[in-house]
Amino acid sequence: MTDLHTHAEDIVAQFSDHLDLDVDDVEERLDNLVNEYRVPVDEARRSVVNSYLDEADLDRDALGGGGGNAAVGLAEIDEDEQWIDVTAKVVELWEARSDSVAQVGLLGDETGTTKFVAFETSDLPELADGAVYRLENLVTDEYQGNFSVKLNRTTTITEVDEEIEVGDDAETVEGALVDIQSGSGLIKRCPEDDCTRVLQNGRCSEHGDVEGEFDLRIKGVLDDGDAVHEVIFDREATEALTGMTLDEAKDMAMDALDTTVVAEEMRADTLGRYYRVSGPQFGRYVLVDDFERLSDPIDAEAALIEARSI
Amino acid sequence: MSQAPTREVARRVFAREFNDASHTFKESEDERAPVYLLLPTGERANRVFLVGTLTEKEDVGEGDEYWRGRIVDPTGTFFVYAGQYQPDAASALRELEPPAYVAVVGKPRTYETDDGSVNVSVRPESITAVDATTRDRWVAETATRTLERVGAFDDEGDEYARMAREEYDLAVDEYREVALAALEGLDESDELNGDGADAPAEH
Repeated sequence: MTDLHTHAEDIVAQFSDHLDLDVDDVEERLDNLVNEYRVPVDEARRSVVNSYLDEADLDRDALGGGGGNAAVGLAEIDEDEQWIDVTAKVVELWEARSDSVAQVGLLGDETGTTKFVAFETSDLPELADGAVYRLENLVTDEYQGNFSVKLNRTTTITEVDEEIEVGDDAETVEGALVDIQSGSGLIKRCPEDDCTRVLQNGRCSEHGDVEGEFDLRIKGVLDDGDAVHEVIFDREATEALTGMTLDEAKDMAMDALDTTVVAEEMRADTLGRYYRVSGPQFGRYVLVDDFERLSDPIDAEAALIEARSI
Repeated sequence: MSQAPTREVARRVFAREFNDASHTFKESEDERAPVYLLLPTGERANRVFLVGTLTEKEDVGEGDEYWRGRIVDPTGTFFVYAGQYQPDAASALRELEPPAYVAVVGKPRTYETDDGSVNVSVRPESITAVDATTRDRWVAETATRTLERVGAFDDEGDEYARMAREEYDLAVDEYREVALAALEGLDESDELNGDGADAPAEH
């Protein structure tokens, strides 16, 4: 039942540019085929989509989805176990950490990027870095709020001769900086190759006691009164935000014989101010690529006019 | 989705409405469950963010330092109290010289007086000196959030609006008037000052 509802929502979304469909109507038509006439869901969906295509006087291709799967932008995936078709570019290939994984990396389309995984058991042709493919029958996957796509045995891979401008899926969030969390300011990172873990009391959770390397970062919280956004400023962004360089921070900590003075100084200079930041979302965090302090005087007259209309 | 406990949003509320609040509640039996202050316009607040003018500060502690600050917004006065368990906020209050624009992130605290009335104050997590434009931005933002809450107050589906109607006997339209007056105040100071931002800059 809910499954049909999901399909109905997909269909409504697929036609959103062309027809103003009602989810309940679509679901009723699917339900009629599936439960009354015992048509398999996929076939029922195909049939319903076809009838709407006729109604809208469209070709199937106009919907972007070839096989009746949802046409969803990679950065717009927000559902687990959804079957989708995409045309995407292989943006990055990573080293597989498990023997069962054939390939892992990033796929990108106009909307942005998402992680993909292909398993050994699926026995698929290899994707080449930088190439663009038409991929049909991918399944979406969710882990701790992060979405990815899985290639599987039924996935068809067709290399296509087109260039894709991979979208920038940066999030932009704004609000008052209401907290700078522990682990901010002057920190030490593990120096081992490919390990950049932040040390806790001089220990890396992977490599034990190590001679750490100093770095700057801020783990902050932007709050607009309706929602909170956790953001991470890397060294460059932290230096731009606070006006304090890594060397100055080290000197300050040296003088005080205490690294916590750095975060304290940063708190005094930034907490309670309004900022807008943008950058990719990574788990709970927005990694700050760009930020601006919202320091322009507000237009009180405009605010008043808007407020009176609420 | 993520199972990590979600951080409580810092609500925007003017002093007038904040000080009218008195009802607190929890949403689970858990001893460590967050305590919410019910705002009269129908929202739960476990944390608030406010910006105003620190007009007075006083160490009211007996023995240990215990700082009280009065922070004024266009509608009234917030009271903030910081002692040894809020060392950052306490040292900020110790060092600030009123009058000064300050931004405060903190938790609402209620206290019942001998005559049965309830006083509301803020236990600060942080207090920082800010400039006039930050303060103006807060006033505008808080007016907007207040008007949005007043607008949703009669919404039957709004759990906290319903709770506010049950717990309080207050005319929420007043908060609408107060919010609009606060914005009008900003607009007037714009006209007086040209750009509305001529107060001393930070630092």
